[in-house]
Amino acid sequence: MKKRRVAVIGAGITKFVRRAQETGKELSFEAVRMALDSCDMRMQDIDSVTMGTAPDAFDGVHMKGEYLSDGAGGFGKPYMRNFVGGGTGVFAPIHGWFHVASGMFDTCMVVTSEKMSSCYPHPQAAFITIFDHTTEQPLFPTLIWIFAMEMNRYMNTYGITKEEIAQVSVQNKKNAIDHPSAQLGKEITVDDVLNSPVMAWPVNRLDVSPASDGAAAMILASEDVAYRYTDKPVWLDGVGFNLDTAYWATRDLYYPRYVEKAARMAYDMAGIKEPDREIEIAEPYDPFSYKMLHHMEGLQLAPRGKAAEMVTSGATARDGDRPMCPSGGALGVGNPIAATGLMKVIEIFLQLRGEAGKRQVPGDPRCGLAQAWGDLMQVGTVVVMRR
Amino acid sequence: MSITEKIHKTTELTNFKGQIPTNYLYTYGIAGENFFRKIKDEGKFTASRCEECDVTYLPARIFCERCMGHLSKTIEVKPQGELYSFTVCWENMDGSRKTEPDVLAAVKIDGTDGVLVHYLGGVSLDEIEIGMQVEAVLKPKKDREGSIFDIKHFKPSAK
Amino acid sequence: MELENYPLGGKALSDKDLENSLFVKHKPSLKYAWDNGVAISRYLAELKEGRIIAKKCRKCGRTLVPPRMFCELCWVPTDEWVYVEDTGVVNTFSLCYINWDASLVPKGKDPHIPAVIELDGASKGMGIMHLLGEVELDKIKIGMKVKAVWKAEKEREGSITDILYWKPLE
Repeated sequence: MKKRRVAVIGAGITKFVRRAQETGKELSFEAVRMALDSCDMRMQDIDSVTMGTAPDAFDGVHMKGEYLSDGAGGFGKPYMRNFVGGGTGVFAPIHGWFHVASGMFDTCMVVTSEKMSSCYPHPQAAFITIFDHTTEQPLFPTLIWIFAMEMNRYMNTYGITKEEIAQVSVQNKKNAIDHPSAQLGKEITVDDVLNSPVMAWPVNRLDVSPASDGAAAMILASEDVAYRYTDKPVWLDGVGFNLDTAYWATRDLYYPRYVEKAARMAYDMAGIKEPDREIEIAEPYDPFSYKMLHHMEGLQLAPRGKAAEMVTSGATARDGDRPMCPSGGALGVGNPIAATGLMKVIEIFLQLRGEAGKRQVPGDPRCGLAQAWGDLMQVGTVVVMRR
Repeated sequence: MSITEKIHKTTELTNFKGQIPTNYLYTYGIAGENFFRKIKDEGKFTASRCEECDVTYLPARIFCERCMGHLSKTIEVKPQGELYSFTVCWENMDGSRKTEPDVLAAVKIDGTDGVLVHYLGGVSLDEIEIGMQVEAVLKPKKDREGSIFDIKHFKPSAK
Repeated sequence: MELENYPLGGKALSDKDLENSLFVKHKPSLKYAWDNGVAISRYLAELKEGRIIAKKCRKCGRTLVPPRMFCELCWVPTDEWVYVEDTGVVNTFSLCYINWDASLVPKGKDPHIPAVIELDGASKGMGIMHLLGEVELDKIKIGMKVKAVWKAEKEREGSITDILYWKPLE
């Protein structure tokens, strides 16, 4: 199958806040404007637009893709919406990759936008509907249940402690202090995490990322077009995505096999044989502290049950052997569901170009990875990026 | 291969009832806040102009959807315009019949490319004509809240 | 209209700011009657009788709960109906101090205890989500055996809530 090489040439992220005054359209515009300015492009140079945005139930706006389209630059252009829960942030650039790699379009604007604050009594309430309406919803479940049960199973299978997992919150929230869009960048300690209120044991409040409003945008271009706008394109060399069954209680939750499958798809495409050696910097999805560890193992970047040791030893710090979430992740920067994953892809983009400012990882990394996850613990989406 | 068992009698069909129990609070946004405060405090309409695309948007916006330019300036326009289209509505949301019909109008505001949708009042059905000049009737200032209902309805302009 | 921190945007509104901003509230009426289909109709009817029913897939050999008309792994129609026990093993659990709408469980009240329970008689790893009850919080262990506590027969409606919760099997 003949496909073209696709590069990321520009990007923009708004501030992530608990409640933004902007409407979803205005947030999309702000991100798109920054992305265009970052590589001196105009909207008419963009051939197609892809928008990733989470369920209509958040904003209470049906047909949300269409509603957001004018804020995304979708006016009068080929426009598609995609959505896989929290995995959307990395799924949207994969969707954009198809647009350009296929040869149909030379440039594509990838936008993700989320305005969760409109949902009352709390954005979390909208999640009751992702459970099966007949066999699970009558029990009044909340999303936190699944995370707590998954964390419990993970801890129990490998004998990992809450203290070890709490280090992830400490590391990521500290990293986020240096991110201009961050909502919760702060220096905290393991004790702060363990003493924060218990939401659903074993999850404490500081183990969880916040609900946020925010948007991010990224511009993709084919090989010949990319060099017109930048001399430092970052290539999307591998893409992978995989979905597991919605009968989630039939799967053992301690290992995300769908993340492994998505990762392998991306590694095969990028020609990566030893990911734990060749991937120099990674942004695994971290809506909860233990998830970063869970995903590191699914991505084959840590042996099973051993990811926590890598955090304890300092290997995952910015100046460590295997930096993880140098941006500060969802825990520190914020979690507007669809936009978080794209924030991570943009972080790898900036890191590989040496443009991450105070967050820059030393050693001139050339190959990085971003991953997102979502739905009823079902989807893994992965991109491998190289300069 | 198809499913091996089917329910053949419709009286044996069962369903499970439930709902999506969320409600919503929508901020107007930066542009919307601006537009409706101007109506609330001063009874005036505001529009945004994009010089590059030669388009004047109403309600005012912070960006041009064609070129993604940032529109920071607003211009005042009179609350009047041309009847672009209309419909006469005889049914309520639940399907029951109205005793008096509502007339919904799309009004192209003079000097802009923007169209506002609102009620048309103070006119009998046989007098309505596409293209006729109409003007907004606002609530008295003390009753205005910064909502689309600060406009009571549009009515034909005096000849 | 200036964008605060142009072009970064994302103008934060605190609860106090919100009171001074313009907004509109809306409660949509989103009510549903979800068709049960053949499999779930039978599942709910059996729950009303105080029994849990499953369906077998001969191709992969799994016994599926909740029952389904086709096996999602083999992609073929499923075969016999079989009953499974109302006992099982706890695969994982949590102690939850917040309600579905993010409000807090009042101080002093017991937390919700969601769990995945692998049912006896179903395939290994075939679990359903439900609640635990009548159990001391610090005695709950992954791997412990539990039994369903059912509503009184006349109160059952044909719903997953006909099982009130699962308690430890002595």
